[in-house]
Amino acid sequence: MHELGITRHIVSIVSEQAHGAKVTDVTLEIGKLSAIMPDAVRFCFDVVSQGTSLEGATLHIHEITGQASCHTCGMTFPLEELYDSCPCGSPHITRLSGEELNIKDMVIV
Amino acid sequence: MRPTMTNIATGQTIPLAAQEPSAHSHATSHDHGHSAHIHSQHQDQHRETKTIVLEQAILSKNDRLAERNRDWLAERHILALNLVSSPGSGKTTLLEKTMTDLQQEFPFYVIEGDQATLHDAERLHGTGCAVVQINTGAGCHLDADMVARGLESLLPSAHSVVMIENVGNLVCPALFDLGEQARVVILSVTEGEDKPLKYPHMFQSAHLVLINKIDLLPYLSFDMDQCLRYVGMVKASAQVLQISAQTGEGLAAWYHWIQQHRLTRPDRKGLSCSVFLD
Repeated sequence: MHELGITRHIVSIVSEQAHGAKVTDVTLEIGKLSAIMPDAVRFCFDVVSQGTSLEGATLHIHEITGQASCHTCGMTFPLEELYDSCPCGSPHITRLSGEELNIKDMVIV
Repeated sequence: MRPTMTNIATGQTIPLAAQEPSAHSHATSHDHGHSAHIHSQHQDQHRETKTIVLEQAILSKNDRLAERNRDWLAERHILALNLVSSPGSGKTTLLEKTMTDLQQEFPFYVIEGDQATLHDAERLHGTGCAVVQINTGAGCHLDADMVARGLESLLPSAHSVVMIENVGNLVCPALFDLGEQARVVILSVTEGEDKPLKYPHMFQSAHLVLINKIDLLPYLSFDMDQCLRYVGMVKASAQVLQISAQTGEGLAAWYHWIQQHRLTRPDRKGLSCSVFLD
């Protein structure tokens, strides 16, 4: 359940940047290959944000699908698993997206 | 349950500050002159809201602390290894054996991570090495801040080796850089050959994979070739060594690996690249 630790980081960063202002919305980007479950973050967020300037804030999570480009055939293709090869058979790929764990923005009052 | 740290030599236990946000009780000054950037303003009937662009990696704080640990260790030419595995893979037995066999060559220090109990730390202290136990409480992994506190308590000597035994878990510790020079994943043959595919994040972050308990192979249907193929699929550059911490088989290669890495300077994110010049 590392989502608890991750959520503590989120609440800590956002409350620091809010400088005491009330936060009403937080938007995250979570890659589908990041090993973080958005539902678990949502669950933890309500608990962790209690008593902070984020209490009651709405959490928006943009899930980002995995994509990679192939060094052999040059194609960009969807990546379902971290260790997938290119459909052409080549394992020599560069991952382009899917591992994001970012705080995009927040709305304060 | 809050995380705590116990120095096994002194018996002193202190609470570790969890990375929990402090409730912001100070006055609401709308000073956004830091890294945050005000994107838009919206006026409605009742209140003014502002969207502030943060564009910040969630783990940035941990990564910064990890870099600080890495620099601190590199300045002192200390090799720090982050040992990760499932519970019961034989990490503590491997550490006991390794420290017993090598501590004449160079000093060892141990940062021991477990959710609860001092059992492993007491076992390792029996080898004569300095050990701190970090009990993570509800936490399922060590983070860079905990390791920084562990290093402060241990104060390892220059040119020593620090073994960080992470909490037994193949998922959570994968995301948290501790500032180690290399990450060592231990997989025991009783766990099945498909672990690398089931836990790709962990194996992808490994520099070395130790396949342990090979003395049990005659009694199991573990397919070693398949396991090696799976490791290669997930991390083609990972080095793999087959060992038995119980019988000592294959440990010479592990010891050689440690000796080699003691002589190398860590690159960013821990991969060793160049030989110390002194």
